[in-house]
Amino acid sequence: MPEPLVQVKNLKKYYPAQSGILGLKKVAVKAVDGISFTLNRGETFGLVGESGCGKSTTGRMLMHLTEPTDGQIIFEGKDLASLKGEELRSERRHFQMIFQDPYASLSPRMSVRAIIEEPLIIHGVKDKSERRERVDRMMELVGLNSDQADRYSYEFSGGQRQRIGIARALVLNPDLIIADEPVSALDVSIQSQIVNLLQDLQDQLGLTYLFIAHDLSVIEHISNRIAVMYLGRIMELAGKKSLYAEPLHPYTQALISAIPIPDPQIKREKIVLKGDIPSPANPPAGCPFHTRCPKAMDICRTVRPETIEKQPGHFVACHLYN
Amino acid sequence: MATEKQIETMEWAGTSPLPARKSPFSRFMKKLIRQRLAFVSGIGIIGLIIIAIIGPSIIPYKITTVDYQYVLQGPSARHWLGTDPYGRDLFSRIIAGTRISLSVGFFSVLAGAAAGTFLGLLAGFYGKWVDSIIMRICDILFAFPGMILAIGIVAILGPGIMNVVIAVSIFNIPSFARIVRSSTLSARAALFVEAERSIGAKNRRLIWRHIFPETISTIIVYFTMRIGTAILAAASLSFLGLGAQPPSPEWGAMLSSGRDYLDTSPFVTLFPGLAIFFTVLVFNLFGDGLRDVLDPKIKD
Repeated sequence: MPEPLVQVKNLKKYYPAQSGILGLKKVAVKAVDGISFTLNRGETFGLVGESGCGKSTTGRMLMHLTEPTDGQIIFEGKDLASLKGEELRSERRHFQMIFQDPYASLSPRMSVRAIIEEPLIIHGVKDKSERRERVDRMMELVGLNSDQADRYSYEFSGGQRQRIGIARALVLNPDLIIADEPVSALDVSIQSQIVNLLQDLQDQLGLTYLFIAHDLSVIEHISNRIAVMYLGRIMELAGKKSLYAEPLHPYTQALISAIPIPDPQIKREKIVLKGDIPSPANPPAGCPFHTRCPKAMDICRTVRPETIEKQPGHFVACHLYN
Repeated sequence: MATEKQIETMEWAGTSPLPARKSPFSRFMKKLIRQRLAFVSGIGIIGLIIIAIIGPSIIPYKITTVDYQYVLQGPSARHWLGTDPYGRDLFSRIIAGTRISLSVGFFSVLAGAAAGTFLGLLAGFYGKWVDSIIMRICDILFAFPGMILAIGIVAILGPGIMNVVIAVSIFNIPSFARIVRSSTLSARAALFVEAERSIGAKNRRLIWRHIFPETISTIIVYFTMRIGTAILAAASLSFLGLGAQPPSPEWGAMLSSGRDYLDTSPFVTLFPGLAIFFTVLVFNLFGDGLRDVLDPKIKD
């Protein structure tokens, strides 16, 4: 039985915006519109979707880098969404983030040692030699040479910098790592190194990952369970095998049909979606996907589909299955 | 599917050698030397500082020695730059005045920069009402022309070189606050600052350890440029009789005492004026060059 680490319940993020003549009409941009999921201890939970679907906002809300508008994030019996101040600050050690851009996320004015040491200092590891030793150990663990600890981050390559970012995220022994597109800024050859490193570290340290990406191949490789997001909502949530072998939602089907196959002999029918993703400031009524859905029915235009568990562990929000 | 083939273990990236490092200071010096004018100005500034330190002990005459036989004399072998209406040696007085002008310029900008930087960091980091209050106060100070403001402050505090320092530093506060605020806004949004926040860094640590260093280069450039202006402002206030009082060899005060003899003995005002001109010029040129050197957009 998987042990739940974090439960996200009905999480929402609305940004206020103005529209209409003179900005008189107040509207909310629904970046994330009521999503719920559970992260089990030791698993990798993939969050996938187009840009603007709210996947990064979800990760940022878990990190409290963006304050949630509504909803709960339950961790060890506490609702993190409502924590503030010092209490929140000390809980941060359990959640750490790996950022997409390994260039901008490391301070150009600090040595690698200072960057990785920073979380230890912030969370009160006073002993200097202990800090030193933990930084060295962490650098070796992520595949960096600890002799280079006094170099500055700009002296390293993109892949090496991402390793520094990973070391910084891991040095406090966190429970959950939120990886927000950790490989999408890297070369493909480096991507695989980083993905493998993340998997090795998970095996050794028992980490839980929330892995945010738009690349379905990477997500398939690393995740145990996957949630597909569209316009701030989860369309389908299932185990990796079941999602890729038997996608239920028309959106997931379209995404999976678009993954290139490296064998020219195999032909697959591609489902090409028409039109653009609608604006989250003015999302379509009913199912948000109905404007582009090849199987849209009348009910899709008016009624928002409930999320149902079609098979054990395979959730889908689509009227086709009601 | 594709992934199994794509993702293979590759050699560890971390062990590859890094390019030889150059210290940030040596790169800075290399760029500075290329800025000819700024480099020469820098040497001029160093020269002025040396004069300010050792000047008073090497001058040929005491600054208060009056010699009524040599009143308003032109430049000669005895008095290199001539004498003033009391027969005091102008060369000695100008050399001695260097220390006053440089320290007035330096300390008034230092105090203004310190207060302005602090306010700018607060305004930029906390935003909202903190920002509104600080920036509105700055707007009020900005609404006065700088000299009028300084004259007003000296009028309240009374004349004297110390009060000139206070007045000039107050009129430096809002410009530093505004310039630091804008660099703070961009630094606060930087991803690595956000990363620090996500780790759990306290606001004080974010401001002083991560945001403040990002603003330093802007502050240094502006600091250098303001010193020239501050020296000019202090000399103007002394010229108006609000700053250094006679017999102080402050350059502005010397200009003031020589102005009645402009048509008969122009050198009495010319040489202190040239001293002010030269000092302000080297600081401004150096500041301009520093800005180009420290601008990360200009590559070496």
